[in-house]
Amino acid sequence: MTTTPTGTESATARRAVGTAHPRVEGYEKVTGTARYAGEIPFVDLAHGALVLSTVAHGRIVSVDEAGALRMPGVLAVLHHGNAPRIETEYVGFLGAPDPTTAVFQHDRVPTRGWPVALVVAETPEQAAEAAASLEVTYREEPHDTAFRPDHPDAYYPGSTIVGPPVSERGDQSAALAASAFVVDELYETAEMHHSAMEPHAATARWNGGRLEIVDSNQGTVWVASELAKLFSLDLSAIRVRSEHVGGGFGSKGCRAHQVAAVMATTQLRRPVRVVMTRRQTFSLAGHRAPTAQRVRLGADAGGRLLALDHESLNQTATGYEWVEPAALPARTMYNAQAHRTAHRLVRLNVPSPTAMRAPGEAPGSFALESAMDELAERCGIDPVELRVRNDTQVAPGSGKPFTARRLVGCLREGARRFGWEQRTPRSGSTREGRWLIGTGVACASFSARAMPTTAAITAHPDGTYTVHVNAADIGTGARTALTLVAADELGTDTAHVRVRLGDSDLGPAGIAGGSTGTRSWAWAVNLAARELRERLALGADIPPQGITVRSDTTEAVKALGHHERHSFGAQFAEVAVDPDTGEVRVRRMLGVFAAGQIVNPLTARNQLVGGMTWGISMALHEEAVRDARTGGHYSPDLAGYHVAANADVPRVEAYWIDDPDPEDPVGIKGIGEIGTVGAAAAVTNAVWHATGVRQRSLPVRPDRVLAGGAGPTGA
Amino acid sequence: MQTSTSSEITLDVNGEEHALSVDHRTTLLDALRERLDLTGSKKGCDHGQCGACTVLVDGRRTVACLQFAVAAEGREITTVEGLAPEGGALHPVQQAFLDLDGYQCGYCTPGQICSAVAVIEEHAAGWPSAATDDVRPESGASSLTPEEIRERMSGNLCRCGAYVSIVEAVARAADERAADERGAAASTEEAAV
Repeated sequence: MTTTPTGTESATARRAVGTAHPRVEGYEKVTGTARYAGEIPFVDLAHGALVLSTVAHGRIVSVDEAGALRMPGVLAVLHHGNAPRIETEYVGFLGAPDPTTAVFQHDRVPTRGWPVALVVAETPEQAAEAAASLEVTYREEPHDTAFRPDHPDAYYPGSTIVGPPVSERGDQSAALAASAFVVDELYETAEMHHSAMEPHAATARWNGGRLEIVDSNQGTVWVASELAKLFSLDLSAIRVRSEHVGGGFGSKGCRAHQVAAVMATTQLRRPVRVVMTRRQTFSLAGHRAPTAQRVRLGADAGGRLLALDHESLNQTATGYEWVEPAALPARTMYNAQAHRTAHRLVRLNVPSPTAMRAPGEAPGSFALESAMDELAERCGIDPVELRVRNDTQVAPGSGKPFTARRLVGCLREGARRFGWEQRTPRSGSTREGRWLIGTGVACASFSARAMPTTAAITAHPDGTYTVHVNAADIGTGARTALTLVAADELGTDTAHVRVRLGDSDLGPAGIAGGSTGTRSWAWAVNLAARELRERLALGADIPPQGITVRSDTTEAVKALGHHERHSFGAQFAEVAVDPDTGEVRVRRMLGVFAAGQIVNPLTARNQLVGGMTWGISMALHEEAVRDARTGGHYSPDLAGYHVAANADVPRVEAYWIDDPDPEDPVGIKGIGEIGTVGAAAAVTNAVWHATGVRQRSLPVRPDRVLAGGAGPTGA
Repeated sequence: MQTSTSSEITLDVNGEEHALSVDHRTTLLDALRERLDLTGSKKGCDHGQCGACTVLVDGRRTVACLQFAVAAEGREITTVEGLAPEGGALHPVQQAFLDLDGYQCGYCTPGQICSAVAVIEEHAAGWPSAATDDVRPESGASSLTPEEIRERMSGNLCRCGAYVSIVEAVARAADERAADERGAAASTEEAAV
């Protein structure tokens, strides 16, 4: 069918979209009957355990394959000396493939935690024992894993996945010289790990000439197409399924475990399951690169920006370039006559970084929104008011107008709900017993994009419908949202709609990434539903096999062009700081978002609050620390790497204002990431307000609070 | 003859006896997941750090990844699959998680739910927590405030960040249990009159 953007008009009144609906797979999830990737039974299943390097740089000298094969139950040991050669010279969805994924191709070890072998055995215990006992000897070479702002090897990359690394307009030094107030500070964010609750798991087998993978991922066609390229197979020869996914956050694409499982099943001719251990995810599953960001702001006496320069440096692997686009928020948020953003990289002997929930936006908004808060302080202007004064209807990066920018609405509504007007501007002015109390604000933006997607809907003779769309519900509630979208457009009750997803045989579709998933899939579902309803309106009998209508949004998405389409938000936080112990507690948090049509308020609120919870976690807890001597992490597990626990998270409220996207048939913009953006800065700005001391390095650990002294009491 | 590295054991899971031969290294979690096909209990870390594998052993919450299967013999084990009769009504905690969206990806959910079932009982039995202001036995049970729930549920990580909904769900289930108890007490009184 032909597909063109047709605005928000709909032949039927909306009944389901916009109303709270429990998850359609909720019963399975609360009863434990929802099966995740590592839980699908296979006859004759063998278990593979990955072996990772214990040196940070060097070459593999030997792998004692024979010793491992003598152990009970061991079926195979795959390593660079015997593994099949695969194709690595291609350009995939995220550019060149991450070399960590193309396992066992050479003897070089670029980082600690690099996959060097796969041991396959009859039982998980046998595989784990043999993997732990496998003797691998290395010739070590010097390594450098120490990320620092002044690293001499920093360089400007050629390009990034989000456009040129540098944007520049106007004369910075002239604008700064003309400024009444200047902020020039360095902000640092820590190495962070996705830490999805379900570790990566894949089972591979050959079935009737096709390669079948049962996996946990954010896009089955994405993974299938990467595997097709790596193994030089036709895409149609691979089927990847991924029905329930225990979290992804950017880490669940094509990774070493799937590739190793394919190699093993090809050799053994029986199903092989490879599950990463929690510790292995810290080097195999990507991470958010640590950043060092210098932000320079210059403003006139009224707080209006004259100069903005945001430069970010992040670590990447020696064999893989990942630009953490932390200076991107500046291209959306605030304008200035002299406006510059820049990204630099430094290659270290660390595992490959990748996208992690709000890549760029999360660390970048911390730096930019902290700097804006510092500017407000220096100008003596309320931080909400300063941001309102610097609102722009034209995107600084492109010079194009926004399709909609309701940032001021979010700020005003948030300030009202939060009780911002009761705030005393002076820092360190509120005390409750031993606790210093402070409040902070920060802004958020996230781009609203869509990816080409196909869908098919079948009308059955019994009045029910089956929606086929290769979506990935990684906890976003996509399955439920698509049910609501289909029901409305079909003019039926949600109980009559089944959604089938997570299977590459369902056809091409966008991934669960970049906050584009639900928007992209809903678009295709909406179009198919619309045409199916028109078809059924003719009154034809429905044959036993049903009537099926297909849609493809490729042309429609292309026709969208490059508009400045973004979601916006305002984040507010209240913290309590103990000046004697340095402990920071978030006491409440509130966010207001203008983020398109909200499809399911129940799950949307949860997702936005979840994003804000990530902000708390980023601000106060998350930090993967490397030992410079070994090049490895200290305690790469969920005890050593703390993510916010229940007691770390107070009352968190998320609200939204009306903001449907006129060019999307359902009005959706996407809400997966914006909740995280600005959240950390709201917390740290509140810490400043409580203590009078700026915290420019994340996380705000107790020792950092103590080292800073607690302003009025510490002085 | 049986080798010295495995044993024949019987596990009592959800009211059913299961005889199986296990490698001594097999954890209770792996026995449930790999041998009994009870995959509701999840493996998030295998180190006792995330709580996704929480089950009830003799009514007390336990991380099944830190217990060997052979050590669980003779214990009454309840997993998420055993909280509600098959095809029957959900356990009130399960229903509250479903209604109030106390989850997102669902992977930590069985552990959260098992933990919550035990938390409500522990609290009702007067066990204090680090969030309990007055821990003197004579002061009686405090109310199960959000602070109490957050503290008591902190052994169960949720990376999606659904804690706010989880706390709401646990609070609702606890309120329902308290109301049921008051109702039962009232009808006992009535019967006595």
